Amino acid sequence: MTRQRSRRETLRSRAARIAGLAALVVVAAVYLYPFLIQLGTSFKTDHDATAHPLNPIPQTWTTAAFRQLAQVDFPRWALNSAVVAVCVTVGRVFFDSLAGYALARMRFRGRGALFAAVIAVMAVPSVVELIPKFLMLNQLGMYDSYAGMIVPLMADAAGVFIMKQFLESIPASVEESARIDGAGPFRTFWSVVLPMARPALITLTILSFQASWNELPHFIISRQSPSLSTLTTGVASLVSGQLGSGNRFPLKLAAALLMTIPVALVYLTFQRYFVRGANEGVDKG
Amino acid sequence: MRYSTDPMKERPVTPGDRPRTRPTRPRNGPGIRGREGVAGWLFAAPVVVILGLFLLAPILLALWVSLSDWNGSGSPLASGVHFVGGRNYAALLTRDGLARDDFMVSLRNNFYYVLLVVPLQTVLALGLALALHRRRLAGRNFFRTAYYFPSVTSSVAISVVFLFLFSSSGTINALLRLVGVHGPSWFADPRGILQLLLFQLGLADPAHPPAMLAGHHVFGLSVWDWLSGPSVAMCSIVFLVVWTSAGGYMLMFLAALQNLPVSVQEAAVVDGATPSQRLRRVTLPMIRPTVFLVLTIGLIGTWQVFDQIYVMSQGNPGKTTLTPAYLSYTTSFTSQQWGRGTAIAFILFLVIVVFTVIQRWVLRERDGRRRWSRRPTA
Repeated sequence: MTRQRSRRETLRSRAARIAGLAALVVVAAVYLYPFLIQLGTSFKTDHDATAHPLNPIPQTWTTAAFRQLAQVDFPRWALNSAVVAVCVTVGRVFFDSLAGYALARMRFRGRGALFAAVIAVMAVPSVVELIPKFLMLNQLGMYDSYAGMIVPLMADAAGVFIMKQFLESIPASVEESARIDGAGPFRTFWSVVLPMARPALITLTILSFQASWNELPHFIISRQSPSLSTLTTGVASLVSGQLGSGNRFPLKLAAALLMTIPVALVYLTFQRYFVRGANEGVDKG
Repeated sequence: MRYSTDPMKERPVTPGDRPRTRPTRPRNGPGIRGREGVAGWLFAAPVVVILGLFLLAPILLALWVSLSDWNGSGSPLASGVHFVGGRNYAALLTRDGLARDDFMVSLRNNFYYVLLVVPLQTVLALGLALALHRRRLAGRNFFRTAYYFPSVTSSVAISVVFLFLFSSSGTINALLRLVGVHGPSWFADPRGILQLLLFQLGLADPAHPPAMLAGHHVFGLSVWDWLSGPSVAMCSIVFLVVWTSAGGYMLMFLAALQNLPVSVQEAAVVDGATPSQRLRRVTLPMIRPTVFLVLTIGLIGTWQVFDQIYVMSQGNPGKTTLTPAYLSYTTSFTSQQWGRGTAIAFILFLVIVVFTVIQRWVLRERDGRRRWSRRPTA
């Protein structure tokens, strides 16, 4: 090999590297600019928003959008979202890890069938369950109640799967010795297994919170009273309902901005758990 | 899986200890394994009850409703509700009428949507993952965070942002104006882009569609309508979804790339393979399972598009963003045609299954014949 050729190749690969970096930067701009626009437009006047849609910086700063939001039940929606998300998350983490532990460690008749059922449930497209869920809530008299909004979300097959996979990866010897010391199954689970499962529990907590905070279809079909509206259904009604008429974009974007903040904070704090959660999909296949 | 063969793990610990602990157990107890049998089901009980009650049982109930004439009042199990056989399904598939027209339009819309979203999001995700995978890259975490952020954000919030970006006086049109293009009024524009393309090429005029295409009807829709392509409004939703979901698939590709043995890449370099040869002959074949998975998940997900339609377009303009999932919802909740609405959901389920099977078959068929998919003998 001549030196010339290798130098040409270095030059070429450097050019490729710079081009690749430039592409990444452009794409990052495409990903971040909408959020910048959203942030800026929330503080604009209605006229400013449509007159200068490219400029995220308001001509005149105003918090009118946020003050209007306080009058359209927005605080109520936020409260409902928080209540539902907290209850669903606590329930999911507890129930999913209980079932995950049973599937990972306990030997009982029908365990194989139960696991197969969990996998089957994961495979059912969620859109197929939408109306059936309403029918069942209606049948049980749970329609239009907090219970109907919360209980059906309190267990999910994917969470059971994640917990089972994780618990299988930690050595069984510690539990064995706890059991030999006379601890019952629940005590073993609660004070020996759960503390060891911390990473999986954090992953599950974050994914459950994010999923229930962002959930839309279930809250469309499980309630109708405005007083039970969550942020997702509430903001959706802002857009498509009576308030949606006219271009009141600062109001809508401010609402969307506020509902994004909690999840964004959780995401930025616990990023690596999100990455792990996303990659569970790879293992599933 | 590595540690799950617990009999092996137990053996060194238990044999000596177990006899000693046995006397302390309750005399009438069924022993450690029997107790575990009850405890196992007790532990799983909450999940079993919730999933059974709100997932499996509802599907059976819905199956009954799809075969009945229930009109939404009272319980579908009450005596006044009648079995009507396949009438609800027939109204959607074989009988002429508005119900079938709407359903076929929704299938057409969703088909074009899937056709655009799945390849675009897969290619974008793969491209981003390959670009981020390079060993020395400044700010990799920053890029990854930025690309994945829309995936964790509420679909409602994202939809609101895009309604503004794509409004007629919004950001996208302002950008287009900078380069001298007069942008369409995205969400109000029902024109199909294939028809627009034909018009631009001077091959057909949407106002006077060719009789050969407009005259023939298949499942209640003229061939001209079937071939409309996605509407301009649908294209903005396609753009939103590709933008939102690519980050999640990018993470899956990144994980797959990180699991590749470095030695194979190095061997390819030593053998003098160019970067593009390495990509096509080494990297892609080795992450093929992930490509397959991303395509499958994408296909299943895109056939169910609901949130964005509900927030942004409600099936408008001109029913060109109507999708089966959304139609199933409005047919049930708005029109109170519950049998028909649930029938749409079940047909959609079948469509998803069929498309997944077809996709599996198409991708498997190519194995060994196409260069792209040839596996290295590793």
